[in-house]
Amino acid sequence: MSMLTDAPKPKFRLSQLLYDTRYRSITIQVVALILIAAGIWWLATNTISNLNALGKDFDFGFLGTSAGYDINQTLIPYTNQMTHGRAALVGILNTLLVAFLGCIMATIIGVVVGVLRLSKNWVVSRLMAVYVEGFRNVPLLLWIFLIFAVLTESLPQPRDFRGAEPAASMILGDSVAVTGRGIYIPRIGFTNSLSGNEAVVPREGYTAVASGRIDWLVVFGVFALSLIAIRYVRGRATRIQQSTGVRPVTWYLQLGLLIIPVGIVFVLLGATVVQPFLKGFNFTEGVFMRGSLIALWFALSLYTGAFIAETVRAGILSVSHGQSEAAFALGMQPNRTMTLVILPQAMRVIIPPLISQFLNLTKNSSLAIAVGYMDVRATLGGITISQTGRELEGMLLLGLFYLTLSLIISAVMNFYNNSMKLKER
Amino acid sequence: MSDTHAQTVSYVRDTMLAQQTPPITQVGAIKWVRDNLFPTALNAILTLASVYVIYYVISHVAPWMLGGIWDANSLSECREIRDATVGPDASVACWAVLGDRWHQLLFGFYPGNLYWRPIVALLLFLGGLSPILFPNISRKMLWLTAGAPFICFWLLWGGSIWLTISIALGFAAAYFSFIAVSKVSALAGIVAAVVVPVLYWIVLAGPVASTMTSILPIGIESVESRAFGGFMLSIVIGLSAIVLSLPLGILLALARQSDLFIIKTSAVVFIEVIRGVPLIVWLFTAQLLLNYFLPPGTNFDLTLRVIIMVTLFASAYIAEVVRGGLAALPTGQYEGANSLGLNYWQSMQLIVLPQALKISIPGIVNTFIGLFKDTTLVVFIGLFDPLGMASAIRASTDWNGIYWELFIFIGVMFFIFCFSMGRYSLYLEKKLQREHR
Repeated sequence: MSMLTDAPKPKFRLSQLLYDTRYRSITIQVVALILIAAGIWWLATNTISNLNALGKDFDFGFLGTSAGYDINQTLIPYTNQMTHGRAALVGILNTLLVAFLGCIMATIIGVVVGVLRLSKNWVVSRLMAVYVEGFRNVPLLLWIFLIFAVLTESLPQPRDFRGAEPAASMILGDSVAVTGRGIYIPRIGFTNSLSGNEAVVPREGYTAVASGRIDWLVVFGVFALSLIAIRYVRGRATRIQQSTGVRPVTWYLQLGLLIIPVGIVFVLLGATVVQPFLKGFNFTEGVFMRGSLIALWFALSLYTGAFIAETVRAGILSVSHGQSEAAFALGMQPNRTMTLVILPQAMRVIIPPLISQFLNLTKNSSLAIAVGYMDVRATLGGITISQTGRELEGMLLLGLFYLTLSLIISAVMNFYNNSMKLKER
Repeated sequence: MSDTHAQTVSYVRDTMLAQQTPPITQVGAIKWVRDNLFPTALNAILTLASVYVIYYVISHVAPWMLGGIWDANSLSECREIRDATVGPDASVACWAVLGDRWHQLLFGFYPGNLYWRPIVALLLFLGGLSPILFPNISRKMLWLTAGAPFICFWLLWGGSIWLTISIALGFAAAYFSFIAVSKVSALAGIVAAVVVPVLYWIVLAGPVASTMTSILPIGIESVESRAFGGFMLSIVIGLSAIVLSLPLGILLALARQSDLFIIKTSAVVFIEVIRGVPLIVWLFTAQLLLNYFLPPGTNFDLTLRVIIMVTLFASAYIAEVVRGGLAALPTGQYEGANSLGLNYWQSMQLIVLPQALKISIPGIVNTFIGLFKDTTLVVFIGLFDPLGMASAIRASTDWNGIYWELFIFIGVMFFIFCFSMGRYSLYLEKKLQREHR
């Protein structure tokens, strides 16, 4: 009778840490961790000793102290008596504003140009190719400088609008003034404003027109409710189509839901259009879009639009001919083919690079420095740093802001990618 | 036999008709125009609109450009010539600024008698690049590839040759210690390849250079980094950042693909932090903060600081490109390497990286194009890149008030560089697609 014994367990030897693949990974990681920690420790001690030598400390208290500088474009109330933190927030909102406007316009330009570049029309496709290559191959900074120079050099100054025979005149029925300083467009005011405390009489003989934030909140709230209602109407139509095979006609209902509630709110609040007009040497009233904002906005949109155009073109080309032919063979109409067959497949290719272009645009908005647009780099990362001498803290916060923004956008991208991925079974 | 047929058909052609030319609308230019420019009403409108846009731009720009004045010494002289020839109302370009200041736009404040040095350096660099870009060039050129960066460094900054040689010796030390130690253990070889040169540079490099210089002073006139400017500065920053960031980027990509948790996490954090923050913030960091992070008393010039920062920036982007290349390789290649019994570094060096890097070259070229365009941002921290040079020229009394001519020149130069590199990367992509079937 034989006895089975366990194989003798090999004793752990120290050399296994280096030669045994089971343990070597741990060795490598521990060594890497020690090296990284040592590197960070080296940087930290250097920083501390340098700060000590300069008599500085590491403190974010400066965000609570009075800023003392003006910002030429504020989306929220701000005076130079407010804190550095508030100034940073104003800058963040300015960054987000130009990034948001830029993303919208770049998408429009990109889609139009991308489609037109595929056109069989020789002149149009060549013109679009020139645009795309021209903007892609020249630094964005140069475009910002150029567009800003075009705006300030070639457009009339507000004083040119004065006098009996002015050198320049307003366009679109005296409602929009395009000047070298910026563009003045009409704003919507409310005569029966809910807030009622901001009302200013624009000029003699006119009634006060406020544009309170509460009013806009009400308008957008009603608009959002309308959108939800439209969604419900569409969902109901789809349910009816699925049970009976006939889709009820709902476009008039959708249109009505879109327009009528908001229209009623506008009438109740007494919405009126307030046009900009010349007062002294400048325009007042209306919305003023500063020249720096417009130059930055246009340059960012045109530059990113060229990249988006290439993305869109690649996306459309990626859908094979067989797809549209099959859809036609099934008897689908061209527009249904586009919306149900080609676009969903093209979108899967287009959206991820599109979002990374949005990310690039947002980061490139920090070139605002070229035209003096007061974005977060100019307030928190510029004037605040030079006034308080807090380079380390300021740059850290600035970096964190951009990093957070990027991470949010990439999280959205990953979420979308996962939901749109081909579900293979 | 019925003769009805003869009665119903009065005439039967019995000869062939001579071949006729097709209708005028079906051939040549007219057919092309109808098919390509006016097939539908919408297309006709688009065509007319485009033609109008082209006409509008050309009619405004062409007289200004073509009527430009090439021969003057200042903007006021340009205006005098214009008044004398075409009248004061006409608007014409003053290209004379390019003739007067081309050397500043290209070389910055680099000494005029030494312009040959950056030119030779660029040619040497391109020569060193050629065996990588074009596979059918002799492998012996790879020696030039290895030596070119050091010779370029020496040519650009000048000074004693021994400093360059003693720096280069560090890399040689790294190579030989890797060969020697990796016979014992691959991992130890890599550690040695990092530790030995670093120790050498810290301890020995300085004394070696200074002793050799005192024994045998060979050198050329040294040039301060402050003198670098114009396109030369852009090219120096762009090329050195790409060359230096390649090894770093490859290592980061491998780390990000690795199974080891700590290494993978730190690579991901590094890449995402670098990519999440705009370059201009990194440049300000280099300008304002880099001195905080280094031992007290260290102070080196801004150009070098910018090159370090841009290198770190580029390495994150290169890492993502290389990661794409690594991911594009079929798993079979990794498994094949494992089944041959190669260890990690051998399989990477012999099987995976040669293929992955080949796939990534177009992406690397595109990263370089982006980086080259982004080098214009250094104007904000006080370096004289082409745009900074343009403001410097505009600040002089001779050329005060000149805008468009400089912008157009800089734009055209960038366009030529970037467009040709973009075409090269497209050509490479097509070639790779053909080869990879």
